[in-house]
Amino acid sequence: MKTFGGPALFLDRSDINTDEIIPAKYLTENSKLALKPYILEDLKLPGFDPLADTKEAAVIVTRSNFGCGSSREHAVWVFEVNDINVVIGTSFARIFRQNMFNCGMLAIELSEDDIDALFSLGGNVTISVDIDKETITAKGKREMTCSFVLNSFDKALVQAGGWLAYADKKY
Amino acid sequence: MGKTITEKIFETHQRDVPSGNNVVLDIDVVMCHEITTPIAINDLQERGMDRVFDPAKIKVVIDHVTPSKDSKTATQAKILRDWARRQNIKDFFDVGANGVCHALFPEKGFIRPGYTVIMGDSHTCTHGAFGAFAAGIGTTDLEVGILKGVCSFRLPETMKINIVGELSPGVYAKDVILKIIKELTVNGATDKVMEFCGPVVEAMSMESRMTLCNMAIEAGATCGVCPPDRVTAEYLWPFIQDEYDSIEAAVEDFKKWHSDVDASYVGEITLDVSDLAPQVTYGFKPDEVKDIMELEGSSVDQIYMGSCTNGRIEDLRAGAEILKGRKIADNVRAILSPATPKIYNQALEEGLIKIYMDAGFCVTNPTCGACLGMSNGVLASGEVCASTTNRNFNGRMGKGGMVHLMSPYSAAAAAVKGCITDPRNV
Repeated sequence: MKTFGGPALFLDRSDINTDEIIPAKYLTENSKLALKPYILEDLKLPGFDPLADTKEAAVIVTRSNFGCGSSREHAVWVFEVNDINVVIGTSFARIFRQNMFNCGMLAIELSEDDIDALFSLGGNVTISVDIDKETITAKGKREMTCSFVLNSFDKALVQAGGWLAYADKKY
Repeated sequence: MGKTITEKIFETHQRDVPSGNNVVLDIDVVMCHEITTPIAINDLQERGMDRVFDPAKIKVVIDHVTPSKDSKTATQAKILRDWARRQNIKDFFDVGANGVCHALFPEKGFIRPGYTVIMGDSHTCTHGAFGAFAAGIGTTDLEVGILKGVCSFRLPETMKINIVGELSPGVYAKDVILKIIKELTVNGATDKVMEFCGPVVEAMSMESRMTLCNMAIEAGATCGVCPPDRVTAEYLWPFIQDEYDSIEAAVEDFKKWHSDVDASYVGEITLDVSDLAPQVTYGFKPDEVKDIMELEGSSVDQIYMGSCTNGRIEDLRAGAEILKGRKIADNVRAILSPATPKIYNQALEEGLIKIYMDAGFCVTNPTCGACLGMSNGVLASGEVCASTTNRNFNGRMGKGGMVHLMSPYSAAAAAVKGCITDPRNV
């Protein structure tokens, strides 16, 4: 199983799409590692510097419908190779969400109130994730803990290390 | 209680129920292209699992960048080509026979009512036009699909989209789906199937139904679906004539893939299209849609006609209606990419290619190319394209470029006027 948690990167916009996460021109790479420098390259947010701001990050906190658009799993791999194994938002596009769990990574859905609270913690925020208890704890200037729901199949994928390992045993 | 089309397909293809909300389905068709498949192939090789569950159920095409533009894309094509040969996959379409996957595979008769279809491509939802459950998936799902012939899905709920009235001249399926996406927003149908029905859908050709279903993903939907009927049977007839005594028999049989009258839907919207104007996107999300009159005169640099959304023969005919005997404006360049060799040939025979070329269009081979900014018409920063494609994301057709999505008829009008314009006045 992967490790989950660490410094958080806040992306304060809904509908961040796969082309912003990893532009199509990099889809000609045949290794996941080659994607590393291009993380969030086309995402334009005030003051956001993709390379500098993702350097320490291990968790992304965002708004709704994250990962909409293309089916490209590159949008998950580019996080994976940058050691970001958790994305937290109010909702995800279906294919992106499935790709996360298929890679043994976590797409965590929280209520709008909890996401608002995370965004207003202040300071440098570090987030830890307890998969068994289905809770996250975030520490910034203030601290908060909130719970999430992980469906049993998604949890099994994360514990198995992804869908291929799970499916190979079972089907 | 009755069942929807999708519930019937899930019921007949269910392999496993790993949790209350998740179902693992047997897959009838696994489709592959050179962008999302090579990493799956390499990974299977590295794991010592280089095999396929059934070569006859795997359909392969090189379509996104073809012919290859550089060493990297040539390598992707080679990995796919070598694998198709090694695994004895007969339905492999290489340079000369290749076209945009979601236009090519339907015209080969690969998709049938009641099928389950997956591909590492979000616009796989196109094939729901045949009454199939067809969904875009990532590379890991594709890898498992190739290896095991299964894929997991959360049980989707179905949203009924009833389209009534009568389309005015100059208004097409593309305008209808843009209007629907505007109403639903970009995540209004997430984890749902959009079932398109009503008299307007019944009157639509398979090409138009594919345009409708193609953009279901832009509202977040898992799949779009149309009830299979006589139009479906007539389209598929060359491929199913050995299975049925008559088209009538096929039509009758297809009814088993209709939603029951007492099926339950998670939502139902009715759209009367009688007064619908041509639609166009204005921002960087496909739900940012306006009547085209509101953008009258907006400048464009390039016109692009093609893609899995609108590169089919009726799209080319619609554009040609406007372009016949006319020239594109001096301030624009225009590109046509017929979506498959068959469409290209048909357009040649009908004299459409000549119309486009005489108007000043560059006609390229079938490829996804410019739609996602990979080749054959990439925009420079600050440039604007009037496009018949499906996504207007920031930088989609090239970093810093902007895309206005519209119908082929509207795109042709923009080519002639050199700006966005109401095609009904051209």
